[in-house]
Amino acid sequence: MPRLLSIQNLIFIILLFFSGYSMASQPGNEISSETPSTEPSDVAQISAFANTIPLFTGKGFKKKTAAVNALAKVDDVRVLAVFQAMLTNKLYYVKSDQQLVFFERIDDRIKVTDVISKEILNISTKSKLKKVSVNNKLRKLLRGYIAALSVKSPDDEVRAAAVRQLIKNMSETSYALLTLLVATEQNKSILKDARVGIALWDLDSDEKQKKLAAIATLNDNLLPEVKTKLERLALADTDGNYLEADKSVRAAAKSALVNINDQVAFYGVLENIVFGLSLGSVLLLIAIGLAITFGVMGVINMAHGELMMIGAYVVQQIMPNYIGASVFVAMPLAFVVAGAFGIAIERLVIRFMYGRPLETLLATFGISLILQQMVRVIFGPTNQAVITPAFMSGSLEFNPVFAITYNRLYIFAFSIMVLVALVLILKKTSLGLQVRAVSQNRSIARAMGVRSEWVDALTFGLGAGIAGLAGVALSQLTNVGPNLGQAYIIDAFMVVVFGGVGNLWGTLVAAMSLGIINKFLEPWAGAVMAKILVLIFIILFIQKRPRGLFPQKGRAAES
Amino acid sequence: MAHQSLVLTMMKNDKGGITLLSILFALIIIIPGLNLFVAPDSAFHITTYTLTLLGKYLCFALLAVALDLVWGYCGILSLGHGAFFALGGYAMGMYLMRQIGDRGVYGHPELPDFMVFLNWSELPWYWQGFDMFWFAMIMVVLVPGLLAFVFGWLAFRSRVTGVYLSIMTQALTYALLLAFFRNEMGFGGNNGLTDFKEILGFNLQANSTRAVIFIASALALAMGYLVCRYIVTSKLGRVVIAIRDSEDRTRFIGYKVESFKLWVFVISAILAGIAGALYVPQVGIINPGEFSPLNSIELVVWVAVGGRATLYGAALGAVAVNYSKTYFTAALPELWLFALGALFIVVTVFMPKGLVGLWKQFYKKRFSQGKKNPAEILKTTKAGDE
Repeated sequence: MPRLLSIQNLIFIILLFFSGYSMASQPGNEISSETPSTEPSDVAQISAFANTIPLFTGKGFKKKTAAVNALAKVDDVRVLAVFQAMLTNKLYYVKSDQQLVFFERIDDRIKVTDVISKEILNISTKSKLKKVSVNNKLRKLLRGYIAALSVKSPDDEVRAAAVRQLIKNMSETSYALLTLLVATEQNKSILKDARVGIALWDLDSDEKQKKLAAIATLNDNLLPEVKTKLERLALADTDGNYLEADKSVRAAAKSALVNINDQVAFYGVLENIVFGLSLGSVLLLIAIGLAITFGVMGVINMAHGELMMIGAYVVQQIMPNYIGASVFVAMPLAFVVAGAFGIAIERLVIRFMYGRPLETLLATFGISLILQQMVRVIFGPTNQAVITPAFMSGSLEFNPVFAITYNRLYIFAFSIMVLVALVLILKKTSLGLQVRAVSQNRSIARAMGVRSEWVDALTFGLGAGIAGLAGVALSQLTNVGPNLGQAYIIDAFMVVVFGGVGNLWGTLVAAMSLGIINKFLEPWAGAVMAKILVLIFIILFIQKRPRGLFPQKGRAAES
Repeated sequence: MAHQSLVLTMMKNDKGGITLLSILFALIIIIPGLNLFVAPDSAFHITTYTLTLLGKYLCFALLAVALDLVWGYCGILSLGHGAFFALGGYAMGMYLMRQIGDRGVYGHPELPDFMVFLNWSELPWYWQGFDMFWFAMIMVVLVPGLLAFVFGWLAFRSRVTGVYLSIMTQALTYALLLAFFRNEMGFGGNNGLTDFKEILGFNLQANSTRAVIFIASALALAMGYLVCRYIVTSKLGRVVIAIRDSEDRTRFIGYKVESFKLWVFVISAILAGIAGALYVPQVGIINPGEFSPLNSIELVVWVAVGGRATLYGAALGAVAVNYSKTYFTAALPELWLFALGALFIVVTVFMPKGLVGLWKQFYKKRFSQGKKNPAEILKTTKAGDE
């Protein structure tokens, strides 16, 4: 019992803080909602801001709380930035003159900005600064103020984010803020979100009509909060008593829940397919180079994984500070570097053992060990992180239960592009013609004047270059380390063998279907077990169709 | 007597094999003797560490001989023989685990420590019976044999050959690697089985026990060699070699190719399992790492370095490569993988017949110019055709 009381106390205290704030900020709110100006309205406000700032350097959380409360009463656009910086531990002050500053770390350098004047200060070491520390109580206070300030922000995105934040923890204050917002809001999607928040709060009201209206609003909403709330309304507790007394509300909640669950299930399947295609596109990328060397040339290249690793290290090494541009520089460069390695491997080792696939397997495995160890000696044995360029981070959010991250989308598009480019090279260029000729009948091709050795080297280089491109994509998904290639080589072989050797479309179908199978098995069997099951499936499948999904037909298949 | 004459006929013309068996016989007498009966400060004393290390090499040699039987004589390049080795090892490990009894950290009378740690209340069904030595020994043979039988039956019947088969065997050992890493499998997960105390009531740390296991390993290698030699010199062996050289022709002549392959594959897997079972009490641990595809490929190189299709060459290769591994990883750890990688390339490109072939070439040049073995002529012309 005493513990419960203390929690209630805590809630009470928090509510007090918030209600105190909302009363204090009423006038300011009205002013800014009528004239959403970015400029502070008068000189008094500017000085109020500047006057409050020094309070933050005070010692002890009581003084800081007072400072925060004081600053919250000031109507100034800069207040929000101060609170946000304070919450994320980026608010510092200079030890010597107590000047309050924003602190940012960009790669290895630090950036120190004055809070009042926004000037960048010439300070290069952190030791001259001291952090304005916060405790949990302050954090809670700050979050409340930030939400309230953001809701009034003229920026649509800031408002939308604030509303989303408010919906997550609905309270009396958030309800009040959202009601205020609904009255003036122009943006439709923000309005819709705000209404959802209000409806969430209305679900707890005592009026039946209000509840029914709220359920109607929330009928097709996929937010997890909505689901838990509705479940509470619809379901009985362990003793069989309904928490909700009214029958019609229960029925409405139940039907809304059915609706929501159907949608969640639908998006779950959709998500599995999308994730499966995404995994499939990675598999396609890592297998497609192998499909060239293994499928067209009949060379078992166990060093394929290491060629991917080389591609990944190329990205990691080039201009880590300008990652956005460097991905585009890295792609051709990775292709060229890995391709050059491939041509070297072909000229130095593989050309001595055409027609001896098992020996090739062993020799290329030796090469893979040497490449791995080389990378380990040059770049160290640890994994290196690669920064993701800005345009690839983040995600495309369709609704609360279904989102696709941008890097998956880009890699999917990239893998399809590589496949199409490869098919075009093989079908439309003279090199492609020669490659196909040599792979079908080497002696006749030579008799027709094709320089088969040159074609071999270029084909192998092409396969290796594509492995390098796969490495560029992989570097955006996992850490780059010496074992990068080893982790993928068996998967790559599985895809090629499953799809049917010498058939690029087979590789595409195999990669995508293996990806999807894997993702559908995962929730049911766990990630590792799913992988094991897929391996067993392929082993059994190959017994049934030893030449894969799309076997080569005709004479070429005999050898 | 009949048995003895059989041994004599099959060892005729097998100088390498006779050398191997003589060395093994000498090792059995000398090494444990020098370890147990010579004072530790004497120059002739062999430390228990060396004894165990040599015992380990002998297990590897047996594994290599087993692989040579399928690869050298039957043309099946298995990249998953490490799996059979590890399964034999796990069967032995389970017996040794049960022998710990209530002396584990948690002192549970029945359950091994890791199961107590996972809050399991009783022994899983597949751990039953492993407290009995004879049962564990049957499993050492049965489990790898059965897996090889099922896998081989499926694969050979549907004529999965060459590179495809290699990749499938690799997938097999990779799948087992992933499976044994799972704690839910009940084989100790990542850590595997370790902290063994005794075998058949004898303390595993005692010198005498180590010496006996060493002798057992040497005997197993000798027996394994004789079994393989018997197979390759028998009529069955002729057919197997024919399958290696031309599978289709052998089939057209009327032999049931898949049965021959399956039979040889299963024997080889059983030998690998026995090697694993002898390996585990000597190193004192078995973990899923033994299933890693890298191990299995490395094993192929032992055989390639020694010389394919000679059996004794495989044993020689295993010892040579592992000795250099021990040396390199202690003296120049960064260089070992370079050396191993280079070994893969040099052996496949320049010495397709391995060390044994190199020695034979040298020997032929020095001592017996002009005399040519008809089989050699055949082989060289065949290589020229390719």
